[in-house]
Amino acid sequence: MNETLSKILGGKQGAIGLAILAAFIMIVLPLGLDPFRLGLIGKYLTYAFVAVSLVLLWGNGGILSLGQGIFFGLGGYGMAMFLKLEASDPVSTAIQSTPGIPDFMDWNQLTALPWFWEPFKSLPLTILAILVVPTIFAFLIGYAMFKRRVGGVYFAIITQAIALILSILIVGQQGYTGGVNGITDLKTLLGWDIRSDSAKYVLYYVNAGLLIACILLSRYVLSSKFGMLLLAMRDKEERVRFSGYDVSNFKIFIFCLAAMISAIGGAMFTLQVGFMSPTFIGIVPSIEMVIFAAVGGRMSLIGAVYGTLLVNFGKTMFSETYPELWLFLMGGLFIAVVMFFPNGIAGIYDKYAKKVPFLRKLSEETPKAKKAEAIPAAPVETKEAGVKA
Amino acid sequence: MSNTDFVLAVEDLTVSFDGFKAVDKLNMYIDKNELRVVIGPNGAGKTTVLDLICGKTKSTAGSIKFKNRELTKLSEHEIVRAGVGRKFQTPSIYENLSVYQNLEVSYPKGRGVFGSLFFKRSDEVMAQVYKIAKEIMMEDILHTEAALLSHGQKQWLEIGMLLMQEPELLMLDEPVAGMSAKERDQTAELLNRICQNRSVIVIEHDMEFVKKIAHKVTVLHQGKILAEGAMDKVQANEKVIEVYLGH
Repeated sequence: MNETLSKILGGKQGAIGLAILAAFIMIVLPLGLDPFRLGLIGKYLTYAFVAVSLVLLWGNGGILSLGQGIFFGLGGYGMAMFLKLEASDPVSTAIQSTPGIPDFMDWNQLTALPWFWEPFKSLPLTILAILVVPTIFAFLIGYAMFKRRVGGVYFAIITQAIALILSILIVGQQGYTGGVNGITDLKTLLGWDIRSDSAKYVLYYVNAGLLIACILLSRYVLSSKFGMLLLAMRDKEERVRFSGYDVSNFKIFIFCLAAMISAIGGAMFTLQVGFMSPTFIGIVPSIEMVIFAAVGGRMSLIGAVYGTLLVNFGKTMFSETYPELWLFLMGGLFIAVVMFFPNGIAGIYDKYAKKVPFLRKLSEETPKAKKAEAIPAAPVETKEAGVKA
Repeated sequence: MSNTDFVLAVEDLTVSFDGFKAVDKLNMYIDKNELRVVIGPNGAGKTTVLDLICGKTKSTAGSIKFKNRELTKLSEHEIVRAGVGRKFQTPSIYENLSVYQNLEVSYPKGRGVFGSLFFKRSDEVMAQVYKIAKEIMMEDILHTEAALLSHGQKQWLEIGMLLMQEPELLMLDEPVAGMSAKERDQTAELLNRICQNRSVIVIEHDMEFVKKIAHKVTVLHQGKILAEGAMDKVQANEKVIEVYLGH
């Protein structure tokens, strides 16, 4: 049991990193910010779920998905459908020609609730759907692609195409989905007003707690043999295959897990922001999420959270003053990170933290791989130390 | 084809790439505990034969039987699990992992998704890692990152990764390419040790090295067998001298 615990926490250094993150988002930010700003942070932290999922999938597995918005969106829509049905009780929709169905359905001449909306009348079924539907969808995509050994750039393009298709589908099917406006006017969760300040605090903490839980789960996966195999596959896929592993199954699993984590983020987004729309599914948000992970450090689960916060903070700052410049700036940021800091903020930390005596002491207590010293005979290639934290 | 006592029985094996027959009606039989060396000029089809046996390339016709089990219909990981290990020409190791982790990842337990999630580093696993590390002369550098190894050590590590799986048939593609003379000698000793309880197929160009290890030599030329037998006989063969060894 102790071994499992230390695996989840990532050793002493990992536990400290996580404790600092938890203290930052659960104590420092709530104390230092007004409810409006904290609400923004809460929104950003829902994107962090996707960034964490990309650390698993892209950083460790080498599978670049440019369509994580799909799963974020599916999770978000699942939650939005439940909340919308609750907001559309017959009394408050009495002026509609068909009372009791969501307003946008009424505008589109629908007279009955579509069958696939039925399960979203129940909260337990909704939560189940939020977790299961994106996972099944990811399984289908993953099975179709990885069994045929589609990978690399092709996989990235196909996931991007699926994200685009899904957002077009949602926009086109206005009567069933709310169309381009999305699902809006969400008010209560089981009678609890989610728009009040107190509810926003509660939801912020639920969100932060779930994020930490997802990081712990990811830590466990990465510290198991599965995590080692992910790195091995990223490095030499053929060698893994010819060591008796069915590589595609491992890829499908990590893709499904990443989808589920993203979907939790999406559901929390809907709860905190109060609506869901196709703009969070398409190509642009999906690529933005990759940038969050890249800036934070694609190998670092905790770095991904800081990366998300930092980029979004920058986005809010700049788009308030120079909205038209922001996209260029973000593109530049991405190029700069990829070229100069391939391991993002986490990589910079690893490189420079060692110069600070206190931090150096910390990182030396958990040696990952001893360097050079003990290699006899043959000359050693001098490669820059590249052990990932 | 009836059952045989051979570990590997290749019969009428053919593969054609757009009409070009890289391997043409090849027959080859490997005994238990035999170390067979396959030689031949570039483009003779040596690597293709290994690719066919391990499932990397699918055959056009013919059969490959490993302990009387047909391999041509199996997928790559099933062939490995049946007991066939293959080393690639350029060292294929996981550079981001330590020597220890490279060996541990190759341990044949926890090969499924969920098996690997709940895989425990038991004493048995560790004992196997230490045993193999000793075999490949790397027990002192278990915690070195694999990217930092010398070329020769990388080759040995990959052989070690295969040994972790205790394969009954081991196939090595040019294992001493790029090695120093001393490393070649050590590799020859290593191969002689590890073929005690398994069959080994080696592709090699270095004749000095071949002499040190081969039980029997097969000479391939244009996808066909040109000669087969003991090293000295093959070396004396007129046809072999003409197409490969030179005068």
